[in-house]
Amino acid sequence: MTNDSSLSTIVVVRNPQGLHARPADMLVRLANQFDSTIKIGKGSEHVDCKSILSLLTLGAAAGTELSISAFGSDADAAIQAIVELFEAGFHEMNDDEE
Amino acid sequence: MVELQGIPVSPGVAIGPALVLDADGYRIPRCLVAADEAEDEYARLSEAVDFVSARLETNRLETSAAAGNSTGDIFAAQLQMLHDPRLHAELGRRIRDDHQSAPYAVSRVLNNYATALRRLDNPLLADRAEDVLDIEKQLLFELGAVTRQPLADLSEPVIVLAHGLTPSETASLDRRYVRGFCTETGGPGGHTAIVAKGLELPAVVGIGPFLDSVNSAASVIVDGDRGRVIIDPDEQVLREYRKRLADRRSLTARLAELKDLPAETADGLKLQLSANIEFPSEAEGCLQRGADGIGLYRTEFLYLSSDREPSEEDHYEAYSQVVREMDGRPVVIRTLDLGADKMGKRPLAENEHNPSLGLRSIRLSLRNSNLFRPQLRAILRAAVHGDIRIMFPLITTISELRQARMLLNVVAEDLQDSGIPYRSDIPVGMMVEVPAAVVMLDVFAHEVDFFSIGTNDLAQYTLAVDRSNEYVANLYQSCDPAVLRLIAHSVEVANANNIPISVCGEMSSNPARALLLIGLGVRCLSVPPSALHRLKKAIRSVTREQCEQIAERVMKLQTAKDVDLYLLDRLEALVPELIVS
Repeated sequence: MTNDSSLSTIVVVRNPQGLHARPADMLVRLANQFDSTIKIGKGSEHVDCKSILSLLTLGAAAGTELSISAFGSDADAAIQAIVELFEAGFHEMNDDEE
Repeated sequence: MVELQGIPVSPGVAIGPALVLDADGYRIPRCLVAADEAEDEYARLSEAVDFVSARLETNRLETSAAAGNSTGDIFAAQLQMLHDPRLHAELGRRIRDDHQSAPYAVSRVLNNYATALRRLDNPLLADRAEDVLDIEKQLLFELGAVTRQPLADLSEPVIVLAHGLTPSETASLDRRYVRGFCTETGGPGGHTAIVAKGLELPAVVGIGPFLDSVNSAASVIVDGDRGRVIIDPDEQVLREYRKRLADRRSLTARLAELKDLPAETADGLKLQLSANIEFPSEAEGCLQRGADGIGLYRTEFLYLSSDREPSEEDHYEAYSQVVREMDGRPVVIRTLDLGADKMGKRPLAENEHNPSLGLRSIRLSLRNSNLFRPQLRAILRAAVHGDIRIMFPLITTISELRQARMLLNVVAEDLQDSGIPYRSDIPVGMMVEVPAAVVMLDVFAHEVDFFSIGTNDLAQYTLAVDRSNEYVANLYQSCDPAVLRLIAHSVEVANANNIPISVCGEMSSNPARALLLIGLGVRCLSVPPSALHRLKKAIRSVTREQCEQIAERVMKLQTAKDVDLYLLDRLEALVPELIVS
């Protein structure tokens, strides 16, 4: 419980259309399942992973490298879940509906 | 008191209360609440958020049911935006700490996000800006702040403050109540500027970001002569400006006495002084001010002021009204000059990287004969009612001119075959506004009845400066010596070939520059109606020889600045009455 940890890692945006509205929505929903403070960003620009407007204004296109950091009791699980979501390309690799 | 500097585009002074428009034309004034009401204001916002949230949820479920989950998810993303923690932190800060009203805070914050999204180099994300603005509107509506009171419903005098105004928005400003405007964007030669001049609305554009700091209760002075905007002026400044306003009114009244006198120099050189108009309703004012005719009737506003394409009858009615009103005086109708920043709502060309060099003006007309033919037919039909002349804009090569003339002949034959009354013996002229045309002007001289120099575009194409681009607008100088040499050459060629040449660009409406043009041999000037009296005053105050001396000296100068300073100095010496403080 009191075992707060700070972790960070790098992910790559794999889905062809980048971090647009739907993936951003999924990412925020996932992040909200964790108590940890989660930051995501590229270069020196880091934003709150629980804020969809901030995520969208990152303008992360396919291929963008993003660094993710989490701080809190469940930081470990949060990072792992987010990495999985990115790896899976937000489940829309072959989705051209949007 | 806050003083701002912008680009003066339409002369005059206006004083009045501020009306701040956001990008969509909603009126969300910067409004503060009392410190002890801030909590209530925040509660009001929370209630509005709940309402909008419930509505979005309903939309999501209904849309998902009807069109599938992935479409319904659009609303899921919007819901996520509505409950965004950063958004609420920012709104909370503005309302609780800065005591801003909820509507103002909502409008600013969401517009900032929308702007940030639009700036991204990703069309998919840029489109999300619309979602953000949609949330803004819904919240504003719930807060009772969307007044649904467009500018048309004004009931008291105001000064309009906006991020930007399009030419058609400017044209639809209610002249009874709007006294002037100032915008964050825009440049000196843009068409918004031309419309402002036409409407005689003092205007300053290209101020840069300033709306954020303007209070709705502020009083504002727009100084369209110097490009200055003063927010909440102090007593002394207000007094000075009230005096200037009074001085201007009395000058206007004195100049108006010239209206029935001819536009001739002190030594009797007769000039043709005509007016530029965009709307048929302006013709009456031109007559009242003693214009010798309409030297440039810009027809674009037929296209810009309505969503549908104007029909042949729309054209015909407008032209007939003008030519009847002008009662035998010449009316030069310029054919469609759409393109570049004058694009209407129809996508006439997409993805043009460089619209000024793209499919615009006569190029567009020749490519879209379904657009061009109705206009040509209407012009020939309206010619039955008076002295109509037709002018083609942006002619660059002789073959363009020949194509346009041929189409005019074809249209005349069609009218002949259908037995519709028309006249085909009308003078045909061209705008001289592309350097290529200036260079080849002797060739054109054999195939037109008149020339008209459009100084705005001529300067733009000569100096390679987009006059509506705020970053380079300062490089746009219509008195640049290179431009002046092209004008001088054109006048020489036209006079040598006995082809009348007029100058209808903004250059001719400046009295000092007009004297220069007369010195260069120009005998016809066409200016905005508001400038007619000033011009006439200048012309009647000088001799032909004085103008020629001005021209001789100016043609030896090397920079636009030197030219402008010298011209201002001459005007002060020759026509001191026109120099207003």
